Amino acid sequence: MPVMSKLKDLSGAAEIVGVAESDQIGKLPDKSALQLHAEAAHNALEDAGIPMSEVDGYLTAGYSTYDVAEYLGIQPHFTDATIVGGASFVIHIAHAMAAIQAGYCEVALITHGQSGRSDRARAAANRGLPSQQYEAPFGILGPPVSYSMAARRYMHEYGEDRTRQALSEIAVSTRKWANMNPVAYMKDEPMTFEDYHNSRWISWPFHLFDCCLVTDAGAAIVITTPERAKSARKGGVKVVGVGEGHDHSMISQMEDLTLPFGRFTGPQALEMAGITHSDLDLTMIYDSFTYTVLVTLESLGFCKPGEGPDFVADQRTAPGGEFPLNTSGGGLSYTHPGMYGIFTVVEAIRQLRGEAGERQIDDCNLAMAHGTGGNLSSTGTVILARD
Amino acid sequence: MAEYNKPIPIPQPESDRYWEGTRREELWLRKCNDCDEAYFYPRDICPKCFSRNTDWIHASGNGSLYTFAIVHRPPHPGFVSDAPYITAIVELEEGPRVPANIVGVEPEPENLSIDMPLKVVYEKITDEITLPKFTPA
Ligand SMILES: [Zn+2]
Repeated sequence: MPVMSKLKDLSGAAEIVGVAESDQIGKLPDKSALQLHAEAAHNALEDAGIPMSEVDGYLTAGYSTYDVAEYLGIQPHFTDATIVGGASFVIHIAHAMAAIQAGYCEVALITHGQSGRSDRARAAANRGLPSQQYEAPFGILGPPVSYSMAARRYMHEYGEDRTRQALSEIAVSTRKWANMNPVAYMKDEPMTFEDYHNSRWISWPFHLFDCCLVTDAGAAIVITTPERAKSARKGGVKVVGVGEGHDHSMISQMEDLTLPFGRFTGPQALEMAGITHSDLDLTMIYDSFTYTVLVTLESLGFCKPGEGPDFVADQRTAPGGEFPLNTSGGGLSYTHPGMYGIFTVVEAIRQLRGEAGERQIDDCNLAMAHGTGGNLSSTGTVILARD
Repeated sequence: MAEYNKPIPIPQPESDRYWEGTRREELWLRKCNDCDEAYFYPRDICPKCFSRNTDWIHASGNGSLYTFAIVHRPPHPGFVSDAPYITAIVELEEGPRVPANIVGVEPEPENLSIDMPLKVVYEKITDEITLPKFTPA
């Protein structure tokens, strides 16, 4: 573990001044993934009121930074293509903050674009990686299979009926938030508990409605010094706590299928921010699957292992509930192009700025955004604070 | 025999002996002489204590069901005719957990229980590659 006293010095060292999605999100066969990067970058810089010429730090995941930076016309002095799945873009915020404080750059741009639904490119080649030798030959391929095996283990440890109820609560409450988000893929599609239970099996124990969407989407974040943030169009939102890491890649190598790496990154980010769970007004948790939310709430310490089903019971996380969670509608019902982490931050910033329209929560001053990548492999946590 | 179109392992230098083993219908694991732990997947240096003092051991092929899923929507065209099929993580009696399929069982949740005893069976897929799968013991 890093030395907390050093990390604490970083708290508030950078502010997020711009966030945006690509022009549209959803099903976009007429746009390449790189175009989604570019649109999101353009929109986020406009949101920040900062011209592209001032960007001197660039971060992305899934591509080399030089490929996307060239496409965008950026020649950065700080470059970071850390790729640990959907958590990457949350982790990039911490890296940008460290780079800004160290003087590598003043305005960092993080972009993401992915055509999960419409991509014309082929799947990656077999390079003899362990996952390609030991899991793929058995059809242990892709997140639904690996996460559903983790969920089955949770059911064994904490009870199948309790777990099923929790998964359904999360699916239904997340859909209610999406129904209030004009750009959510499922904006006009309500979901009842009956709908959840009747949806087809994808990988038992997962129903279709336990699984995230597959969309095309881009998003971007602009992050800068507190001084530069003062003249940004909307001011800045402080980054006051961060944590990152991973403990495996393949699901079969995960030590405890019910306790992902948020067990470190959550408490670390909260400690760095000097706050506790109950101080948070909003929690955004990467919901690749309903199960991801359940175990992540526990690993982050919102409740004890096995208590997640009580924590989410009775639509406690839905609009009007005590614990606003994934207010955009999440990867389950808003958008999920393949790596979703950046979108947890976009929504958190909008809520902190009071820009969330019909789904705006009251007095939103402190928010957590938490990404998960791979096969419950990596996590990144940030705590964001309104001035 | 219809063309085999599932992903096929490409053995690497540190795993050649593992795949040679399965071809002879034997399951071989690595074991560390310093921390005394057997581990999967095969690599020369122990992932628990980073010792180079490691050996191969011949595993019994017995284990138990750690967890499983029943895959209805195949994630790859090669599995379309198999779906629904059972994926699992099997805990071997030597300690390590290995990914696999469970075969010889109808793919219904009630036919599978966590901790049920399993034994290895082999499926030859090419002249070079034989996959270790598991079935109720
Ligand atoms: Zn060792």
